[in-house]
Amino acid sequence: MTTAIELAAAIKRGERSAVSVAEEAFAAISARDGEIHAFLSLGQDHAMEAAARVDAAVAQGAPLGPLAGVPVALKDNMCTKGWETTCASKILEGWKPPYDGTVVERLHAAGAIVVGKTNLDEFAMGSSTENSAFGPTRNPHDLTKVPGGSSGGSAAAVAAGFVPLSFGSDTGGSIRLPAAYCGTVGLKPSYGFISRYGLVAFASSLDQIGPFTTTVADAALSMEVVAGYDPKDATSINEAMPDFTGALSKGVEGLKVGVCADLLDGAAPDVARRVAEAAAVLEAAGATLVEVAVPELKLGLSAYYLLAPAEASSNLARYDGVRFGLREERDDVVAMNTATRTAGFGAEVKRRIMLGTYALSAGYYDAYYGKAQKTRTLILHALDRAYESVDVLLGATTPTTAFGFGDKVADPMSMYLSDLFTIPSNLAGHPAISVPFGTGDDAMPIGVQVLAPGKRDDLCLQVAAVLEAGAPR
Amino acid sequence: MSMEGYETVIGLEVHCELKTASKLFCGCRNAFGDAPNTNVCPVCLGLPGSLPVLNRHAVELAIRIGLALNCAVKPSNFHRKNYFYPDMPKDYQISQYDEPLNEGGSLELPDGTVIGITRAHMEEDTGKSTHLGSSGRIHGAENSLIDYNRSGVPLVEIVSEPDMRSGVQARAYAAELRAILMAVGATDGRLEEGSMRIDANVSVRKPGKPFGTRCEIKNLNSLRSLQRAIEYEAQRQVNLLEAGERIAQETRHWDEAAGRTGTMRSKEEAYDYRYFPEPDLVPLVPEEDWLAEIAASMPALPKQRRQNLLDLCGADDQATKDLVATVVDRDLDPLVIEATLAGAPAALALARAANELDATAGLPSGPSFARTVALEASGTLSATQAKAVLGVLATRPTDDPEAVAKELGFEQLSDDTLLTTIAAVLEANPEEWARYRDGDDKLAQFFIGKVMAATKGKANGKAVVAELVARRG
Amino acid sequence: MSEPLLTTADVAHVAKLARLELTDEELATFTDQLSQVLEHASDIAALDLDGLGPTAHPFGLTNALREDVVTEVSMRDDILAAAPAVEDDRFKVGRILGEAP
Ligand SMILES: [Zn+2]
Repeated sequence: MTTAIELAAAIKRGERSAVSVAEEAFAAISARDGEIHAFLSLGQDHAMEAAARVDAAVAQGAPLGPLAGVPVALKDNMCTKGWETTCASKILEGWKPPYDGTVVERLHAAGAIVVGKTNLDEFAMGSSTENSAFGPTRNPHDLTKVPGGSSGGSAAAVAAGFVPLSFGSDTGGSIRLPAAYCGTVGLKPSYGFISRYGLVAFASSLDQIGPFTTTVADAALSMEVVAGYDPKDATSINEAMPDFTGALSKGVEGLKVGVCADLLDGAAPDVARRVAEAAAVLEAAGATLVEVAVPELKLGLSAYYLLAPAEASSNLARYDGVRFGLREERDDVVAMNTATRTAGFGAEVKRRIMLGTYALSAGYYDAYYGKAQKTRTLILHALDRAYESVDVLLGATTPTTAFGFGDKVADPMSMYLSDLFTIPSNLAGHPAISVPFGTGDDAMPIGVQVLAPGKRDDLCLQVAAVLEAGAPR
Repeated sequence: MSMEGYETVIGLEVHCELKTASKLFCGCRNAFGDAPNTNVCPVCLGLPGSLPVLNRHAVELAIRIGLALNCAVKPSNFHRKNYFYPDMPKDYQISQYDEPLNEGGSLELPDGTVIGITRAHMEEDTGKSTHLGSSGRIHGAENSLIDYNRSGVPLVEIVSEPDMRSGVQARAYAAELRAILMAVGATDGRLEEGSMRIDANVSVRKPGKPFGTRCEIKNLNSLRSLQRAIEYEAQRQVNLLEAGERIAQETRHWDEAAGRTGTMRSKEEAYDYRYFPEPDLVPLVPEEDWLAEIAASMPALPKQRRQNLLDLCGADDQATKDLVATVVDRDLDPLVIEATLAGAPAALALARAANELDATAGLPSGPSFARTVALEASGTLSATQAKAVLGVLATRPTDDPEAVAKELGFEQLSDDTLLTTIAAVLEANPEEWARYRDGDDKLAQFFIGKVMAATKGKANGKAVVAELVARRG
Repeated sequence: MSEPLLTTADVAHVAKLARLELTDEELATFTDQLSQVLEHASDIAALDLDGLGPTAHPFGLTNALREDVVTEVSMRDDILAAAPAVEDDRFKVGRILGEAP
C-alpha cells in the first residue's frame, strides 16, 4: 500500500500519472467493494477529469497542491455540490447539495481526487455501520465482522487499500472506533480545528471531521490541508495551527505519558495487553510513564447519550418533507411531516430523536440536559487536572476488537458502551488519535488511543508516530 | 354595557425587522418585495450542513435599540426554540431566551408617562406562506406556498411591561417606540409591510385587583387597528365578566374590516419549545469599547429632538407641541433648525415645515427652505405665495426661492401699480372708504381683498394697509 | 432501579412532539430501551454539580461575527429543483392546520 505522501511525491516527480493512480483506485474498488460495501456512490467521471487536470499541471510544471492526484474518499455526510449526499438515510436519498462543504473545497484546492462517498450509520448514529439504510459495510480484515462506526465506510476504504486517505466525522468516537476495528490511523482533531461547514450535523457541539490514513504522517499532512479557521463556522478556532508534520520527528524523550486505568477499565485482556505494550514502547523511547486516575471519564457516557441525542433531535427536525429530500404526501402538513419522518428515518435515528426530545422537554431539562452540560464541565476540569502532571493520556480506543454482525443490534445500551473510551475527548473538545497496535486473540486489529489537551493535536501525532514505529508487526 | 368600574391592562410585544444589508446569519440580501425565493441560501433555507454566523451590524442595531430604551446591555446567548412549522426552515427558531441582549429598560411617552421595557432580544424571522383557496386565509385553504426570502431576516422583539391602561396610551407607546426605532436607524417602521409587527396582551380588572386573564391579539397592521382592537377586546372581556362568564386565555385575531377580534383555531397541542443553547453559535459578549463606540454613534432620540425644537421656539403651548411632534415625527427638525439659525423666525419655520412639507413629494434644501421662510417673514412674499414656492421647491429643492417666486409671477408689484390700483379701488367703493376714514378699521380687510383680486394676489397685504392708513391721514 | 423511568404514554407524547408515528410494538420496545438509557444516566442525575456551570463549547469562544455584506447570489433554481413540490417558484405544501405559535 502506497501512502498519500508517497503517491503525491511520485505524481509530482512524474513517476506516476494521477490518471493511472485514480484508475487503480477504481479498479480496486470494483474488484472488492462488492463484498465490503465501503462506498455508497462513486464519482468516476469527475475524478478522472480532476486527475487529468493534475497530470496536465505536472506536464506544464504548474504549482501543485500537497495532495495533488491523491485519491480520497468522503463520508457521505459531507456536502458535495451536485453529488448525492445521503447520510445513509432514506430521507436524504437522491439529495444533491447546491454547495461544497469547506473541507471538500480545501481538498479540491489541494489537488485531491475525490473518488467516492462512503457508507455510515444513518446520520452518523451508531458504532458498527449496521444502521445504514443502504446495507452495512464489512470489515476488510474479516467480512463477518463489523468495521465499526459510524464512519465504517471511510475506515474500510482505507483498510481495503482503495484509497490512502479518507475523511470521517467523530461525535463520540465515530472515527477512532472504526479506525481501531479496521487497523487504520484515525484522528479526531480539537473541536473547532476543522470547519464543520458542509458536515451534516448530528450533534453540533461534539461533531468533528478527521482523517483515516495508513500512516501517522499522512494524518499530519491531511491536517495541514484541511485544518484552520473558517469564517463560515462560528465555532471555528481563529488561531495559528500547530506544526502537525513537524511533530512527527520530535520523539517522546522526556514526555510524561499518563497511563489511564479509566481508559482501560472493562477492556478485554488482549486489548489491555496491547495498551501495556504500547506504554512500554513509549517508555523505551524515553517517555516517563505515570499512572493516572480520572474516574470522572466514566460519567461521559451518560452525559453523551443525553447531549448528543438532544442536539440531534433539533438538528434532524428539518427533515420534514417541505424543502428537500423525501416526502410522503398527505393532505395536511402535520400528517405529511409525520409520515415522511416515520418512513424516512431508521430505528436508531428515531430512538435518539425520541431520547433527545425527552431530555429537552418541559420538566426534564434540568435533570437531564442541564446535568449533562455540567458533567461536561466536570470532565473538562478533571482532564485539566490530569494534564497538570502529564503531557498526554494513553488508553484503549475500544473495549474489544471488532464484533460480529447483529451481536449488539438488539441491545442499544451494549452498543453505546463501545464508545466508553472515546466519548471523553468529544465532550472536552480535545484531540485524540487511534493508532493500530497489533492484533487481538482473534487476529483482528487493535487500536491504542492517545489523548492530548485541547488544541494540542500535534502532541497526539508526536506520540502516535513513536507508537507506529514500535507497533508489533 | 360600558367599561365603568374596569381598568384595561395592556402589554405590547413589538417585532422590529432590522434594516441591515444582509440577513442575520447569512450573506443573503435583506430586502422586501423581491421575487420569491431569490434571497435564499443553504443557511437561511436550513439545508443540511449549513451553519449560521451572526451579523455584526444587526447586533449593533439591537444594542442601539437597547440603549435608546434605557436597557442594561448584557452578555447574551442564542437558544433554539423548537417547533415544527413549514415557514420555519430548520423547524427551530434561533432566538434569545433566558439571556437576552437588552433587559430592564423604559420608554417615556410624550405626555411624560413611563412604560417599563422588560427586554429587547434578537431573533430570526420566518418565511411567508400564501394560502391557496377562496379565502386567502389559512382556514379552508387546500395548499400553501412558501417563500423563504424573509427567513433569517434579523428581528428585535421589544417586550413591554403591562403598564398601559388604554388603547390610546398603547397607540402612543407604539408610535413613540416606532419613532425611536426609526431614529436609531434600526428600521423603516413600515407596519403595512410587516417591518414592524405588534401583538397586544390585553386584560381587564377592577382597579387595585390582581391582573385578569389576558388574551393576545395578533394581526395589528396599523396604529389605528392597535387602538381599535384593544378597545374592542377590553369591552368584550368586560361584557363577559359582567355576564358572569370566564375569560379564556387565548390568541385572538383582529379583523379590521369587521372591527372585532375573533378566536384563532385552537392549537392542536400545547407547545413545548424545548429551548436549549444554540450549539452552532458562541456567546455574544458586548465589550466595553464596542458599547462605548455604539453609544457615541447614537443619534438624538425623538424626545430630545422635540425638546430642542420647543426650546428653539421658546414656547410650550399645546399647539406648538403638536407642530413640534409632527415635525420630529417626519424628521423635518433639521430644516427648521437650519432656517432658524439662518435668521428666520422659529415659529414660522415650524408651522411651514409641519403643514407644507411632505417628504414623499420631495423636500426643499435647507438654504432654500430658510430663504423662503425669511422672505415670508419680511413681507416680501405673502403666506399664499410662500406656500406655492415651497410646493415648487419639492421637486426642485435647490432652486433660489426668489427666482421661483418670479417664475410664478410673484414679483413685487411696483409701487406705482400698487398706488394706482388702490386709488381705483377706493374710487369704486366710496361708501366703504368713507366709513373706513371714519374709523371702521375692519374695512381694511375688505380693501385688501379687493386689491388682491385686482392684482391676482401679487399685492403685499401689509403695504396695502400702510397706504390706506397714509391716505386716511 | 425497579420503577421504569418511562411509560408508553411518555414515549407516545415524545413521538408526537418529534413528528414520528410508532406502532404498538415499536412503542413498547422504545419505552424499554429508552428507560435503560435513562437508567444508566441516573449516575449523573445523582451527582451534586451545583457548583459547576454548564459547558456548551470547550474553548470559551465569544463574538464570532461576520460583517454585514451581501455575499450570496441567488441559487433559487438549484434549490427549487431539489424540492418535493413547487408552484410559482415557491415551495408547495398541503393544508396548514393552525397558525404559527
Ligand atoms: Zn441566506
